[in-house]
Amino acid sequence: MKPVSYLRASSVEEAASAHGGRTEARYLGGGTNLVDLMKLGVERPEVLVDITRLPLDGVREQPDGSVRVGATVRNSDLAAHPLVRERYPVVSQAVLSGASGQLRNMATTGGNLLQRTRCAYFQDLAKACNKRVPGSGCAAVVGVNHDHAVLGHSPHCVATNPSDLCVALAAVDAVVELAGPGGGRTVPVTEFHRLPGDHPELDTVIRPGELITGVLLPPLPRGAVSHYRKVRERASYAFALASVAAVLQLEGGEIRHAAVAFGGLAHRPWRARRTETALLGTRPSQESVARAVEAELAEAVPLRDNAYKVSLARDLATQVLGSLSTTA
Amino acid sequence: MASHANALGAPTERREGRAKVTGEALYATEYTPPGCLYAWPVTATVARGRIASLDLDAALALPDVVDVLTPESAPRLAASDDATLAVLQDAKVPHHGWPIAVVIAETIEAARAAAEAVRVTYDTEPHESVLGDDPAAAYRPEEANGGHPAERRRGEPEAAFAAAPVRVDVRYRVPPLHNHPMEPHGATANWHDGRLTVYDSSQGSDTVRSVLAELFGLPEEQVTVISEHVGGGFGSKGTPRPHVVLAAMASVHTGRPVKLTLSRRQLTELVGHRAPTDHRLRLGSDDEGTLASVIHEVTTHTSRVKEFVEQAAVPARVMYGSATSLTDHKVAALDVPTPSWMRAPGEAPGMYALESAVDELAYALDIDPIELRARNEPGQEPDSGLPFSSRHLVECLREGARRFGWADRDARPGIRREGAWLTGTGVASATYPVLVSPSRATVTAHPDGLHVVRVNATDIGTGARTVLAQVAAEALGVDVESVRTEIGSTGLPRAPLAGGSSGTASWGWAVHDASRALAGQLQRHTGPLPPDGLTAAADTKGSADQKSPYARHAFGAHFAEVAVDTDTGEVRVRRLLGVYAVGRVLNARTATSQFIGGMVMGLGMALTERGTVDPASGAFIGSDLAGYHVPAHADVPAIEAHWIDERDEHLNPMGSKGIGEIGIVGTAAAIGNAVHHATGVRFRELPLTPDRVHGGL
Repeated sequence: MKPVSYLRASSVEEAASAHGGRTEARYLGGGTNLVDLMKLGVERPEVLVDITRLPLDGVREQPDGSVRVGATVRNSDLAAHPLVRERYPVVSQAVLSGASGQLRNMATTGGNLLQRTRCAYFQDLAKACNKRVPGSGCAAVVGVNHDHAVLGHSPHCVATNPSDLCVALAAVDAVVELAGPGGGRTVPVTEFHRLPGDHPELDTVIRPGELITGVLLPPLPRGAVSHYRKVRERASYAFALASVAAVLQLEGGEIRHAAVAFGGLAHRPWRARRTETALLGTRPSQESVARAVEAELAEAVPLRDNAYKVSLARDLATQVLGSLSTTA
Repeated sequence: MASHANALGAPTERREGRAKVTGEALYATEYTPPGCLYAWPVTATVARGRIASLDLDAALALPDVVDVLTPESAPRLAASDDATLAVLQDAKVPHHGWPIAVVIAETIEAARAAAEAVRVTYDTEPHESVLGDDPAAAYRPEEANGGHPAERRRGEPEAAFAAAPVRVDVRYRVPPLHNHPMEPHGATANWHDGRLTVYDSSQGSDTVRSVLAELFGLPEEQVTVISEHVGGGFGSKGTPRPHVVLAAMASVHTGRPVKLTLSRRQLTELVGHRAPTDHRLRLGSDDEGTLASVIHEVTTHTSRVKEFVEQAAVPARVMYGSATSLTDHKVAALDVPTPSWMRAPGEAPGMYALESAVDELAYALDIDPIELRARNEPGQEPDSGLPFSSRHLVECLREGARRFGWADRDARPGIRREGAWLTGTGVASATYPVLVSPSRATVTAHPDGLHVVRVNATDIGTGARTVLAQVAAEALGVDVESVRTEIGSTGLPRAPLAGGSSGTASWGWAVHDASRALAGQLQRHTGPLPPDGLTAAADTKGSADQKSPYARHAFGAHFAEVAVDTDTGEVRVRRLLGVYAVGRVLNARTATSQFIGGMVMGLGMALTERGTVDPASGAFIGSDLAGYHVPAHADVPAIEAHWIDERDEHLNPMGSKGIGEIGIVGTAAAIGNAVHHATGVRFRELPLTPDRVHGGL
C-alpha cells in the first residue's frame, strides 16, 4: 500500500508551496476523477493538496461585464447560478449534461478542466498507453476505438477529452486563470488543452505546480443565443459520442458572431473555426449551415470503429446551428 | 383463528427492507472474523499461453503481505465437474483474466498493492477471442444449456421454406452481455478446527457447500456456507465461482479467516457473461400467415475451459405452430472467459431474434403482428407434442393491446414525426419454462404463537423471505406476521438455488407441504404445545422432480413505444407495458418489482448494453459500470406490469410459475420492433446505439 500525505490548504500560496511543482503531488478538488484514477493505479500521487477550502468558490460579475467563476465552484452550483443560466445557457446546459447529480455536487470547475480521458486503455494498467506511460505505445489505435478521436489525433494517441463544460467554455472564449510559482497568468480555454502530438502525456499547457484559480467568462455579444447538445449511449451519465456547443448572434438576419465547438471528437474541445468563418456574414439556411459544418469535418480522419462520429457530429451541429439561427 | 385465505397474492412488504436500507443487513464480505486477512487475485493479461515465470520478491517485500499463492504453492484441489474452479492448479492460461496467483495480506490495500507488484512473464500462443461470421471452429455440441438437444428437426423445414409463398430470411445479432449485479462476487472464508465456514455471495449455498467439500476433500458436514443477503446475481452466482475457491484456499493455507471481493473488472472475466449469439431465422408461411417452416439457427461462443452453449434456439420449439421446424446450435471454443447463465439464458437472445423475425413476417404479409401470432397459436407444444399445462399467450397479447391502445395503431412505418423525432410502437411475445427442483423444509409452531419456517432458500433481492412466509401462512391458516422465515445457510434444510425462476416454486412447495403436515399435527394435538413447539418436515423429492405429462411454460406480451431522434440516432423508450400469464402471483408487490426489473434489463439489452472484447488482448475492455452502460434512471420510462388470472393445476401446490426472468424476454424485440415502426428501418444488431441508428437512417 502506498502512503499518501494529505494537506488541506487555506490559501493559494499555501497550496502552491505544499505542491511545490513536484511530479508526485496533486491538487485535490472534488476528487471525482483523481480518486477514481488512484483506485485504478493510473494516478499514484504521494502528496495530495486539498484545495476545496480555498476562497475560490464564488461566481461574480466583474466590472467589465464578464463573469468570474472560482476554481472550486462545484459543477452543480455553476450550472444553477443565475448569472450563468441567464447569460451563458450553453455553459449551464453543458454542465448538466455531464456525469450524475451526485458527481456534479462534488466536482469542481478547475477539476473539470483537468479531467483525464476515459479511454479504456488509458485506464487499464495492463494495456499499452503513451499517455499513461510515455513510449509504451497505443493499444487504442489498433484496438477498440469506437469512442476515440476523429480530429487532431496522432499515431501516439487517439484519446478524447471527456469534458462537457470545456466544450462550452471553448465556445464562449473563456479564459483560464492560473497561479504558479512564477506568478499568475491567463490562458484562453481554446489554447489550454493540447493535441496529443508526440507528447500525449501532457493534456494541457499547465505547468508543474500551477493551480487553476478561476475561469473568466467574457460577455457574449448582445443578443447572442447559445446551446449545448450532447449525444450519448444512454439518457444520462455517459460520456459524449459527440457534442456541440454553439453561440450565434444575428443582426438583420445575418450572422454577426458564430462560435462553434465540438466535444467527443478530439483530444481537446474542438473549435470549428472553418465553420465559423463560413457562417459569418451569411443568412443561414439549412444548406449553408450544413456546408459550413462540412467545411470543418472534412478534416476528420476516422479510425476503424468511429467513422460514425463524423456524420453524427455533422448532423448534430447542423441541427443545433439551424435551430439556434431561427431563435437568434 | 382469523381467516387468512388471502395471505398468498397480497402485496406484502419485503421483510428485510428496513435492515437493507439502514445497513444492518450483512453481505458476504461484511463479516470480519477476528484475525481476518484479505486476498486479491492476480489475473492473466494474455489470452492464451502459459505462465513462464512469476516473480514474487517485490510483492512479498511489501509491508503487511502474508503470502502469495501460485500454481506451485496453492493447495491441490480435487477434480470437479466445473473446470472454471480449477484455479491455481497449473501454469496454463486459458483466457485473459484467469487467476494466476492470489495475494494474502493484513489489509485489502496491501493485498492489492502486492498483486500489482507480482511480476509475470508468459509464453503466449496465438489466440482468437472474437466471434466472427460463420466461424470455422464452430461445431454442433451434443447439448445446449439446460440439457436441451442442440438440434431438433421436424419434417423437411428447408424444403417447406423454399416452397413457402411468403418468406423471411434474416440474421440478428446480440453482443456479449455482463450480469453486473450490484454486489460484486465476494466471500469470507474461515478454516478453523478442521471446519470451513464461508460467507459467500451466492444464489444457492448448498451447491457452494457440495462443491467446496468436493474440491477440498472434506465431508459436507464440515463445511458451512452462509448467504444471508445477496445483492443480485442474475445467474452469475448460480453456482460457485472462482472467488470463493480462492478465498477458501487462502484460508486453508494460512489457517486464518480471509476475505476476497472481485473488482468490477475482474467480475467480467471470472463470473460468466451472456455469450454473443448470431441468429439466422427463416420463417415461411402461406399467404394467410400460417407458418409452414420455422428455422432458427444459432452460433455462439464458449471458452476453452468449459463448454457452455446459450440455448437461444430453444424457445422456437415452444412458441408457434408450424408444419416443419429446425432449431440448431453451433458453438466455437474461443480464447475468452467462460460464458454462463445470465437472466433468461436462451430465451432472452433467442426471443429477441424470433420475435423480431415474426414482426418482419407480419409486415411481409401485411397482417397485424398480434393477429399473426394468434393464427399460429399451437394446440400443443410444437416440438414435444405435449399438451400445455396452461398457455394464455394470446390472452396476454389481447389484454396488453387493450391496455396499451394498440387498436388505434397505424401499422405503416416511418410516418409519425414530431420535429426531429419519429415515433413508433412494437409488440413481442415472451416465454420462460416452468422449472422446479426438490427441496426440504421444516415448519415449527411455538407455544407463543410464533411459526418458524426453515429452508436454505436464498434471497437475491426477490423477497424470498416474505413470499415463503406467505406460503406458510396460507397453508397453516395463520397470520403472516406470526411466521418467521430462516433462510440463507447450509445449517438449514437443504434447498436448491435461486435460479431458473424456480426458487419460489421449489422452496414454496416444501414449505407448503411442511405447513400442511404441521397443520394436521396441530389439529390432532391436545393441550398446550411442548416448549420446543411442534415441527413438521417435508422433502419434495419424488414429487417436485416428477416428470410432468404437460409442457409447462409461462407466457407474456411486451409492448413498447419509442421515439427516435433522426438527427442523432438516439432512441428513447417512452412506454413499456408487460402482461404476463404466470399461474398464480404469490406477492403482488415483489412480483411487480421482478417484472419491472426484468423489463429494465431488457431495455438495457435493446439500447445500451454491449460487452466488448479487445481483439489484441482478449480482454473485455471498458466493461466497468462507467463503460458498460446499464440503463440510468433517465432511460427508464413509464413501465407497467400486469398479469392475467391464470389457474393451472399442474404446477405445484401454490399454482405458481416462475417470474424472475420472463420480464427480460421479449422486451428487446418489442423495442426493436417499435424502432422499425418509428423509422421504417430494421436494425438487426443490438444494442441500438446512436452510431448504428444514425448510420442506418
